[in-house]
Amino acid sequence: MAETLQIDRIRCDGHGLCAELLPELISLDDWGFPIIKAGTLPPSLVEHARRAVDACPVLALRLASMTPVTQRH
Amino acid sequence: MELIPLAPGAESLAAHRQRLGPLPTLPSGQLIAELEASGLLGRGGAGFPVGRKWRAVAERSSGGAVVLANGAEGEPLSLKDRTLMAGRPHLVIDGALLAARAVAADNIIFYVGGEHRAAQAALRDALAERSRDLQGGARIATAPGGYVSGEESAAVHFVNAGDARPTTIPPRPFERGVGGRPTLVQNVESLALAALIARRGHAWYQGLGHGQARGLGLVTVSGAVNHAGVREVEFGSTLGDAAAAAGGVSGDVGAVLLGGYFGGWADVDQQWGLPLDAHSMRARGLALGCGVVHFLPAQTCGVEATARIMTYLASQSARQCGPCVFGLAAIAGATQRLGARSPKADDLERIARWSGQLTGRGACRHPDGAVALLQSAMHVFADDFAAHQRRRCLTTSVPARVAVA
Ligand SMILES: Cc1cc2nc3c(=O)[nH]c(=O)nc-3n(C[C@H](O)[C@H](O)[C@H](O)COP(=O)(O)O)c2cc1C
Ligand code: SF4
Ligand code: SF4
Repeated sequence: MAETLQIDRIRCDGHGLCAELLPELISLDDWGFPIIKAGTLPPSLVEHARRAVDACPVLALRLASMTPVTQRH
Repeated sequence: MELIPLAPGAESLAAHRQRLGPLPTLPSGQLIAELEASGLLGRGGAGFPVGRKWRAVAERSSGGAVVLANGAEGEPLSLKDRTLMAGRPHLVIDGALLAARAVAADNIIFYVGGEHRAAQAALRDALAERSRDLQGGARIATAPGGYVSGEESAAVHFVNAGDARPTTIPPRPFERGVGGRPTLVQNVESLALAALIARRGHAWYQGLGHGQARGLGLVTVSGAVNHAGVREVEFGSTLGDAAAAAGGVSGDVGAVLLGGYFGGWADVDQQWGLPLDAHSMRARGLALGCGVVHFLPAQTCGVEATARIMTYLASQSARQCGPCVFGLAAIAGATQRLGARSPKADDLERIARWSGQLTGRGACRHPDGAVALLQSAMHVFADDFAAHQRRRCLTTSVPARVAVA
């Protein structure tokens, strides 16, 4: 199943480690907070993504399988 | 007039019953089907289909769900929810009771902004009159002031823990909300409309409206009009009709803010014929949102008005998510400098870039709404923004009257 990188914005405190480990998908804004490229994760980057998830010191990053959106606000 | 009281003050239970008859007793499935067929959309801002939300909660409920009637109304230019609660408390209660039956909830919370005093008092009295219907399962929770406290996860968080800041989703309130139970968060006007549809059927609601649009709702008209206030409109009536319903415009109008601080600016000359209707507006890149219509006088500078709004919205961040805290503050600062015609060399460029970066990057949609407003301003007031970057203003600036706390 396709996976995406998701980020808990309340937890994330802008360490920026994830962008260092996964520059293909994560860049940082002017204040050091991650901007994640839209879309699903290419299979070739899954391993790198896992490493970034593990490296986040506040456990703000996770890999989630795409589930159909039942409700949006 | 379906939502507006016939006389000043709060409508009594007797007057309410005389006007509408008793609360209907449709089975849950039938009521939800009526709402779905009516096409009723949520009136709190996002415009999500009401019937579909009731169904989602009903499917997850095993009898202990919660209904949270959202009357926080933190939007500075909106008055419709407090006016409705103050004038027709029994209609709102009817909607909440019907929702509770439909989703098998045993608990109703009326989440009402603390500063909406008349609404609080009317609901309190009305709840006392309805104690037999409610059987102790309803109460008022006083929402703290602030723009974000009406966001649905913030409302749930406040009821659960006294903290009106949004929480990370998932879980969404309809999955796990008040007390961990499936929770239907529904705007109070949505509930009132549901109570009318339950009595009269979906065909009644579908029979209202002009052109392609269906249904009716409340709007708050303000700014350069002769009689600002809350008006009931059939959807599909035009922006010009809304101005006329507010006594006509009181002078030259430059632009109109539609949908509230989460909506956007539109060029008024192009949009007099705009149908006020969620679908038609979305198709034009606009939003009906919570029904705010604010006419900006032609002498008022759109850059300055926008700077005030951005400053307000930045001040209202719940200060939990970096992009919202820092991004909105930076945008507000640069927009203020532009408004004051003392920008840094690249302020205009920077707000354009930043506003493209914040959508979807907060736990809630506060930043999304804020940057949508700014982007609409940079489009509608493009010449003014460019002039302000050159330290000039194109209007004889009368200070903006957009109300901010
Ligand atoms: C920052 C923010 C503030 C909000 N404030 C309110 C509010 O004051 N009242 C309201 O009904 N909905 C508000 N909403 C929308 C709610 O999250 C939710 O969508 C709504 O209450 C659902 O009811 P509805 O579907 O009937 O519109 C707000 C949303 C956001 C993102
Ligand atoms: S490593 Fe974690 S805390 Fe640091 S920026 Fe990335 S997600 Fe945020
Ligand atoms: S996006 Fe802003 S307002 Fe929403 S939870 Fe995060 S900090 Fe609070």
